[in-house]
Amino acid sequence: MLHRESGYYKTTYAADMELFPLPNAKIAITVFILLFFGLFPLIMSDYYLSIINLCAIASVGALGLNILVGYTGQISVGHAAFMSVGAYTAANLATKLDLPFWITLPAGGFMAMFVGILVGLPSLRVKGLYLAIATLAAQFIIEWIINHTPAISGGVQASIAVPRPNLFGWEMDTQREMYFFLMVVLALAVVGALNLVRSRIGRAFIAIRDQEIAAEIIGINVYRYKLLAFGISSFYAGVAGVMYTYYLGIANYEMFTLPISIDYLAMIIIGGLGSVLGSIFGAIFITLLPVAVRIFMEVVGVYFVDGVYLAQVIAQMRLILFGGLIIVFLVVEPEGLSKLWLNIRNYFRVWPFSH
Amino acid sequence: MEWQFFFELFTNGILTGLMYSLVAVGFVLIYKSTDAINFAQGEFCMIAAIVTAGLLQMYGVPLIVALAGGLIFMLLFNMGLERFVLRPMIGRPIVAIIMATIGLAFLFRGLGPLIFGAETQPINLPIPDDPIIWGPFFLIPIDLLGAGISLGFLALFGWFFMKSRKGVAMRAVADSHQVSMAMGINVERYFALAWMLAGVVALLGGVVWGSAIGVDTQLAQLGLKVFPVVILGGLDSIIGVIVGGIIVGVVEALAAGYIDPYVGGGTKDFTPYVLMILVLMIRPYGIFGKPIIERI
Repeated sequence: MLHRESGYYKTTYAADMELFPLPNAKIAITVFILLFFGLFPLIMSDYYLSIINLCAIASVGALGLNILVGYTGQISVGHAAFMSVGAYTAANLATKLDLPFWITLPAGGFMAMFVGILVGLPSLRVKGLYLAIATLAAQFIIEWIINHTPAISGGVQASIAVPRPNLFGWEMDTQREMYFFLMVVLALAVVGALNLVRSRIGRAFIAIRDQEIAAEIIGINVYRYKLLAFGISSFYAGVAGVMYTYYLGIANYEMFTLPISIDYLAMIIIGGLGSVLGSIFGAIFITLLPVAVRIFMEVVGVYFVDGVYLAQVIAQMRLILFGGLIIVFLVVEPEGLSKLWLNIRNYFRVWPFSH
Repeated sequence: MEWQFFFELFTNGILTGLMYSLVAVGFVLIYKSTDAINFAQGEFCMIAAIVTAGLLQMYGVPLIVALAGGLIFMLLFNMGLERFVLRPMIGRPIVAIIMATIGLAFLFRGLGPLIFGAETQPINLPIPDDPIIWGPFFLIPIDLLGAGISLGFLALFGWFFMKSRKGVAMRAVADSHQVSMAMGINVERYFALAWMLAGVVALLGGVVWGSAIGVDTQLAQLGLKVFPVVILGGLDSIIGVIVGGIIVGVVEALAAGYIDPYVGGGTKDFTPYVLMILVLMIRPYGIFGKPIIERI
């Protein structure tokens, strides 16, 4: 209804290449920016802002994983390990060298990128399931190395306290200030991903995903682009890791274990493989799931479950819902939440006609 | 003294490794016949062990009845899973199949303790607990039994796939669904059969490991041990599973014995993976695996 393409004619190449060509989309984006940077931080309490903050961090990580898995078709079960690389790089730079966040943030990203490319090296020969397990190995190996190298982690089972991000003397130590910091990074990440996937690089990624040999025949350097996909994906992961450390104020390897990697995979499956919007939907969904389960169990569950076991049952309910939802989405709607959103949008796009 | 320590680690490594093979063979069975990758094999073992232990503890039935109950449960359970979860996944990208089994894994990890309680439950097999000391070797009876069961069943599966009519049909199904359909093989029935066999193996693995380390959600961690085993051996080889299992068991035991004191523990969990990466670099399809030929 609101989202109609008819009547807009492009007369220049620049107009053709715009990210949001329709006036309606431009209005919608402006409204979103006003909402997220104006209204929400003004009216929302710290609790809700903290949830949005977590969603923002997860979105950046999920975007990165979707570039690798959804767009390039290379499976990674070690995403959280790349996040930990970024997180520890930033934590060490911030504590030992007193560097500000606008250096540590990209530094964490680039360090993760370096490690990611290293892990991606076997991807030319090792494919499919074997690659999935190789990245699983990377997860364990990186985790172990970080945990057992005192120079990085400050000792086994230790965590590093990280100072708050500081912009020209303005210290961001409340949820509201963190919110702005994380939202700006998220906005940059989203625009970056949107532009990446429609560029030459993004098209090459999609070609490799759809048919690797055919991509090679039409002149795509498959190995280079696979490594690039690993690099970019890990860069996003590293940045998400840095955001998370700054958000929590500590760097601890327990925030980046195998289940977290699985969480990110679930985000992009539920959100939709190969979709920027889907990554964000999925990230929000998986982040809100435990919150929703807890609220539900505390309101309804108390009538069924003895109070002593409540925490335990909540944890089990979360696992059940998490696993069940992954399966339901895979069986019923393989393209995830982004496809549902597209269906709704397409319905209104031609409304009142059916197609 | 030095050598005795080495032998002790070595023999226990071999026995533990063979017990890993028992879990890993379930994974290989599925992959060999349906081309699906089962990240939930550890959880299958866990569910089987939880059901068996539950029957033993809650209803006090004799061991043989509990085992039979566990067997029937796993057969029905896996048949249902194949029908409603895995069959819609046929022909979908590999990440979808992996995620489906990961989803199953989480589902089981939540459901198992919710229904049967989260406490660690024992499975007591009628064998002695005292270790057997035989020359320089120091053997634990449950490990010996596990290794024995493992070897026996691996031989059985080897024969099944090589010689029996059903096994040959299964290999044909794995090779190409369409061609086997054209040859008159009921592909769907063989998928169900493969998952049911995996359920039987999961029961064996679950009971053996459950009586060795106790039954709780920790048992599901076995699933993570399976990957180096199957990758080292090659995903579609029964011999490979034995060799891979022994290598992983020995490497783990030696790492835990010799490296752990210097670096503060934990090497047991990641040395098999390092070894696996090295093998993947040289032979991307494992030691005994078959290279995949790609076509457009």
